[in-house]
Amino acid sequence: MPLANFIPTADDYLRYLPEIILTVVGVVIMFLEAVGGERRKPALGWLAGAGLLAAIWGSVVALGVGGTGFQNMVIVDGFATFFRILVLVIGLLTIVSSTQYLDREKANAGEFHALLLFSIAGQCVMASANELIMVFIGLEISSIASYILAGYLRDDRRNNESALKYFLLGSFATAFLLYGVAWVYGLTGSTNLAEVRRVLMTPESAPNLVLMGTAAALMFVGFAFKVSAAPFQVWAPDVYQGAPAPVSAFMSTGPKAAAFAVFLRVFITAFGPIATRWEPFVWGSAIATMIVGNFAALTQTNIKRLLAYSSIAHAGYVLVAVTAHSEIGTAAAMFYLAAYAFMQIGAFAVVTWFSRQGEKFVNVDDLAGLGERQPMVAAMLTIFLLSLIGVPLTGGFFGKFYIFRAALDSNLVWLTVIGLLNSAVAAYYYLRLIVVMYMKEPGAATENIGPVSAGLRVAILGSALATLVLGIFPSLVLDFAGRSAALVK
Amino acid sequence: MNFLDSIWLIPLFPLVGAAVMLLFGRRLANSVIRILCPGTIFVSFIFSVGAVMQLAGSEHKVHEVIKYLWMPPLHADWGFLLDPLSSVMILVVTGIGFLIHVYATGYMAHEGGFYRFFGYLNLFVFFMLTLVLANNYLLLFVGWEGVGLCSYLLIGFYYHKKSAGDAGKKAFIVNRIGDAAFIVGMLLIFSIAGSLRFTEVNEFIEAHHFAAETAAWGILSTTALMLFIGATGKSAQFPLYVWLPDAMEGPTPVSALIHAATMVTAGVYMVCRSHVLFELTPMTLQIVATIGGFTAIFAASIGLVQNDIKRVLAYSTVSQLGYMFLAAGVGAYWVAVFHLFTHAFFKALLFLGAGSVIHGMNGEQDMRHMGGLKKYMPVTHWTMFIATLAISGIPGLAGFFSKDEILAQVYGSAHGSKALYVVGLTTALMTSFYMWRLMYMTFYGTARSHVHAHESPLSMTGPLMVLAAGSALVGWLSVPKFFPIGAHTFEHWLEHVFGSEKGGAEIPEVLLTSLSVAAALLGIWIASRIYLKVWEGPLYKAMLNKWYVDEIYDFLFVNGLAKGGGEVLGAFDRNVINGGVDGAGWLARMVSSVSIWWDTWIVDGAVRATSFTVKLSGYPVRLLQTGHVQSYALVFIVGVLAMFGFYVLR
Repeated sequence: MPLANFIPTADDYLRYLPEIILTVVGVVIMFLEAVGGERRKPALGWLAGAGLLAAIWGSVVALGVGGTGFQNMVIVDGFATFFRILVLVIGLLTIVSSTQYLDREKANAGEFHALLLFSIAGQCVMASANELIMVFIGLEISSIASYILAGYLRDDRRNNESALKYFLLGSFATAFLLYGVAWVYGLTGSTNLAEVRRVLMTPESAPNLVLMGTAAALMFVGFAFKVSAAPFQVWAPDVYQGAPAPVSAFMSTGPKAAAFAVFLRVFITAFGPIATRWEPFVWGSAIATMIVGNFAALTQTNIKRLLAYSSIAHAGYVLVAVTAHSEIGTAAAMFYLAAYAFMQIGAFAVVTWFSRQGEKFVNVDDLAGLGERQPMVAAMLTIFLLSLIGVPLTGGFFGKFYIFRAALDSNLVWLTVIGLLNSAVAAYYYLRLIVVMYMKEPGAATENIGPVSAGLRVAILGSALATLVLGIFPSLVLDFAGRSAALVK
Repeated sequence: MNFLDSIWLIPLFPLVGAAVMLLFGRRLANSVIRILCPGTIFVSFIFSVGAVMQLAGSEHKVHEVIKYLWMPPLHADWGFLLDPLSSVMILVVTGIGFLIHVYATGYMAHEGGFYRFFGYLNLFVFFMLTLVLANNYLLLFVGWEGVGLCSYLLIGFYYHKKSAGDAGKKAFIVNRIGDAAFIVGMLLIFSIAGSLRFTEVNEFIEAHHFAAETAAWGILSTTALMLFIGATGKSAQFPLYVWLPDAMEGPTPVSALIHAATMVTAGVYMVCRSHVLFELTPMTLQIVATIGGFTAIFAASIGLVQNDIKRVLAYSTVSQLGYMFLAAGVGAYWVAVFHLFTHAFFKALLFLGAGSVIHGMNGEQDMRHMGGLKKYMPVTHWTMFIATLAISGIPGLAGFFSKDEILAQVYGSAHGSKALYVVGLTTALMTSFYMWRLMYMTFYGTARSHVHAHESPLSMTGPLMVLAAGSALVGWLSVPKFFPIGAHTFEHWLEHVFGSEKGGAEIPEVLLTSLSVAAALLGIWIASRIYLKVWEGPLYKAMLNKWYVDEIYDFLFVNGLAKGGGEVLGAFDRNVINGGVDGAGWLARMVSSVSIWWDTWIVDGAVRATSFTVKLSGYPVRLLQTGHVQSYALVFIVGVLAMFGFYVLR
């Protein structure tokens, strides 16, 4: 093969524009932090925000020259662009919702923003990976940055516990993933997704199906960990509860969306031909995830922990869409992840504001009387909760609707029934928050509550607006998702 | 003005009202709110009347207005459909809604959160109108969930009362179970017909000549059953009715509007809207009729002994909704809608009258503390008197015509049965009994409390009088065939939707009518015997007082037998003789207490057991959640081994 083939073309670089921008801006922030004074630090947040906006522009440019690049290592299509923009928007919301938190905890430092950008860069790599090695690299870039973010307040014991657990278990799960990649390479002789598919489709060269199924199962362990699917979800409640609230918001949306992106791409593109092999355990995991998430959430008294279990349950709904492994299933999963991101970040943003310094107030009962003291914030939180329940005219309803439609379309009747019953159970614990907010007398936590900072206000209002827009005009996002859901080229 | 093309505006007026209230209401004077909120409903009412009149005048009895292609792949648009069925519904919602709004301006005058209350109430009307005007299942579902949400907010309106908050939550969660089934039904419809638009779904089902699923349980039956389960949640049918009696914690105008006249009838509306589908599924129809009949008699029997005036009416509503499903279940959809229509008048009136009584008694709801209110509250008494006559089925009043038609159809229709007819007739007897019990305990006899009751202001009595006129007259819109005078307007109007009646078996209408009138009169008679001491002759006294029995017993035994033996006879006296004297009342009480026992221990118990199981099943999860990284890693390994095991074993 001539050497010229290994020299990337200009288009190759354009296709990687978002990752390049994020990395450069992240490095610049770390550099400025070292040379700039203490007073410059707020500017670093603005710079990170500008970097994310530039990366969104970069994603659009990249789509303009879509296709595979770097010798088939990456693929830039509608699917990749959708998830790139989704994680970038999640990043923007995280930055605006963390300003008040960082000031309050006196921990405003450039490294927070730099780490966030690196983590998102990793997620963009995942979204556009066309190669198992790239999947692994993206996953690691994203994960290592978020391990550090989980323990961002170095002196806080809960942060430390959270980070350590996340790191140890995350490494454990990644080992399974990497082992699975090794098996796939051993069985098919390639790590390229399209190539793996081709080998599996050719009857003469098809490897042993039992072994291949085992390889898929090993990779599933890695992905299931990242999306917090049962039985690999045990870390999520502890980690989300211990980490700083804005980081929990980020971890439960960004890495999860990116992990679902690679999950869908690997399992539908590469392992599509052996779908009958992996469908049963994804099916079982979807049911277990929904049940564990919803039923454990019923008894929680800590809001962050409750949202953690709810986040597990929502991963279960998306797994229903993955089990359907059809184009409308993929589109439904994409839509759901976007709708879910906004409602989850919005709810966490309210918690960020409400918990006060040192996260003192994180119990459900602390919300008592919020509807009276801060009617606007309470109304916004109500919108997020209604969307999490899945009430029409919010994004959460259409998300569930499309997912169950996709599931019925693929004849997954029992999965649909169990999913719907689960979403009926879920109403119970979300509604409890609304009842406490509106129907209890204000307590100590709501008495002297301060105003919402400008940044948090943007995050909360923006998320609420997005939740409603996705609920009233779902076609805006769904059409794009539907067009880019064809993963098998 | 072309009202027909403006039907999409009808829901928007209340929405504007709600938006103004919830955004700026805090700064508005109560006098402005008093005009503005009922005003928006009145504008909607004018538009509705205009549209219905133009629809009546036009050749084509279906008018669809599509403003925006909301979700093209699902054929679900932001579109509205006016046909005879939805026109009945919008007239009820806006007309009675307006009256209840006016009433509420008086009833809620002394309550805090006036603007919030009217904001929610207007929002409710918006969602309700969206529900009945929607031209597809998805938009209907938007309204469906929206009214549920407003109902939740309004039940919990007195949020300092814990029971109110709990009742709101119960209503919402019970409804979610029904909604889950509704979503499945909707998805199945889409998979069958490829559209969610009513007209297209109906055309598709008709054009494809699906065979009626008489022999086997098929996809159509499942779809219809799912829709019906959704309807049982919203329309409080067995076993999902449990939320409605508790919902009485809300302010009384809310009970009248949402839990009597409009929202709870949404299930009936939806079943009638899907009648083309239901027609093809006789087995599901049978379930509908059975559940309806059972709910009717079951709820009525609980109503017999309730002492809270609003709870009597709540069980009565559940029972009357059961009648509507009974009618729909035997294929007499127009009768179901007819009863929905008349019921909206007299039940709204009864609730508002009860509210007026509660208002006059300074918040007292227990009928045992009322009595003799007739002379203090004449307007309330006379209007409620008319409504009670109407619901009991006294000839000439609205309830008579619709209930009588239901019983006739249950008797004569191809889907009907004699057993269900007997159930319906017994329910009619019970209805008449508990309603007159309510009247006697509240308005007649002597006052049993020291509250100085007073008549309510005109803003409250005005709507009562209008509704009383309605309760007396609207029945004449469709009279039995043997009646020499009166119209058949209602029946003919709905024929455009449901088709004209197929000639079934000959119905002995005069006989059936006489029977139901006799049942009504018998109920009144028993109630008056027990609760109204109008006939205080010697025999009555002998029957009701154990006084004479005691005297004879004293004379015969006290001096002759030992105390022990006397006590045995005393027990005999208390249990058997008294029981015999109370006769029908005793039997009724027993049936009722069995029903209440069932309600408290079995149904509520099941609900509680569910929530207990739900909480209990949270514990294993928490057991695994030890917080130790090592045990988490162990869970991982177990999970991986389980997957490998799956491969090895299969």
